Amino acid sequence: MSILHYNGGCVVAMKGKNCVAVATDLRFGVQGQTIATDFERVFELGPHLYIGLPGLATDTQTVYQRLQFRIKMYEMREGRKLKPQTLMAMVQNLLYERRFGPYFVEPVIAGLNATTKEPYICALDLIGCATEPADFVVSGTCSESLYGMCETTWREDMEPDDLFECISQSLVNAFDRDALSGWGAVVHVIEHDKVTTRYLKCRQD
Amino acid sequence: MSLAVMDGADYMRDPRKHHFHPYADNGGTSVAIAGDDFVMIASDTRLTRGFNILSRDQGKVLGLTPKTMMASSGCWADVLTLKKVLNARLTMYSHEHHDVMSTTAVAQLLSTMLYWRRFFPYYVSNILAGIDEEGKGVVYHYDPVGHMEKLAFSATGASVAQIQPLLDNQLGALNMKDVTPPTITKELARQLIHDAFVSAAERDINTGDGILIHTITKDGTTDEKVKLRRD
Repeated sequence: MSILHYNGGCVVAMKGKNCVAVATDLRFGVQGQTIATDFERVFELGPHLYIGLPGLATDTQTVYQRLQFRIKMYEMREGRKLKPQTLMAMVQNLLYERRFGPYFVEPVIAGLNATTKEPYICALDLIGCATEPADFVVSGTCSESLYGMCETTWREDMEPDDLFECISQSLVNAFDRDALSGWGAVVHVIEHDKVTTRYLKCRQD
Repeated sequence: MSLAVMDGADYMRDPRKHHFHPYADNGGTSVAIAGDDFVMIASDTRLTRGFNILSRDQGKVLGLTPKTMMASSGCWADVLTLKKVLNARLTMYSHEHHDVMSTTAVAQLLSTMLYWRRFFPYYVSNILAGIDEEGKGVVYHYDPVGHMEKLAFSATGASVAQIQPLLDNQLGALNMKDVTPPTITKELARQLIHDAFVSAAERDINTGDGILIHTITKDGTTDEKVKLRRD
């Protein structure tokens, strides 16, 4: 098993009609042993802008801290908030700088463009190669199961409530078949006027 | 160089390691769903080796008795061998007992046969589907060394990760509040098998080309072929 699977965890993001959702599990483990069940790996980086960092937990925290630093520098220099696409470029740069000794995280970005309110999702690999699909992105130890669930349940132009149901069912049923993910879940549904964060009850094993 | 080394015996040469690769992974995915008076078992029709497609028209469901079918995937050579030996055992049984073997007996026989190869296993994932003595649909799931579990529905093979959570959700009604599991009709089972394979073919290169869906009832079996993406 690769070092990306050492601590477990997964993240999924989906586009809806004028909204996006991003969800993650809460397990932090060392191989088979569960250490904590309140480990959040999805972080708010701005209004309507979230990033999920599944992978090696130490790198989750390091990449998050280094990103916070770069974002603060950007906002001071530019005097404005950054767009989701800008964050993607920033993460690409951060990860590719470590091309031959990478951070073992595969980030997922979800947000709304502050001016156009356009939904945005993207996923990157551990050295910063990005994809920006029109439907959903998955990452983490149960990505195959997430692909299976999302591929069947995702529909175009879902309203926020439907999007929440879709992403929650996809995530929970996918990680229930994965020993390295699970133990609770968080879902953020991002709309132009509000962000709704819900903690899901699910099986604890 | 001294004469002794030139005519050197085998043990005087550099140590060299030789590898033995008896197994291949030929992909393939199977799904089975049991209903009250029927059982549906389906597999894709693609056979692969690495990035090559060996066949686009190779179903993986084998008819064993009029009421029992088995879907096998994994190492295709082992699938064929297992099929050959299992059919021989079924023929011997029918000659001895003047009757075809019941589904439950076939299920136990398969488990025993797999465990007999405990230390050089058949590299196959199996699902057995059939009608039991009471006329009900049953599904048995196996690991390569004969661990057996009786289930209402199951997936196995290359795309099990993509398909199994969907079945848990849609048929087992897992993680759904105030929802009772649905009554499994032929229409529901067929639709779900179709959706599951379409999704799997979308994301897994080892699954695709087509689906062969077999339905077993007490009156006999019917087959249906559905197309899948071929890329």
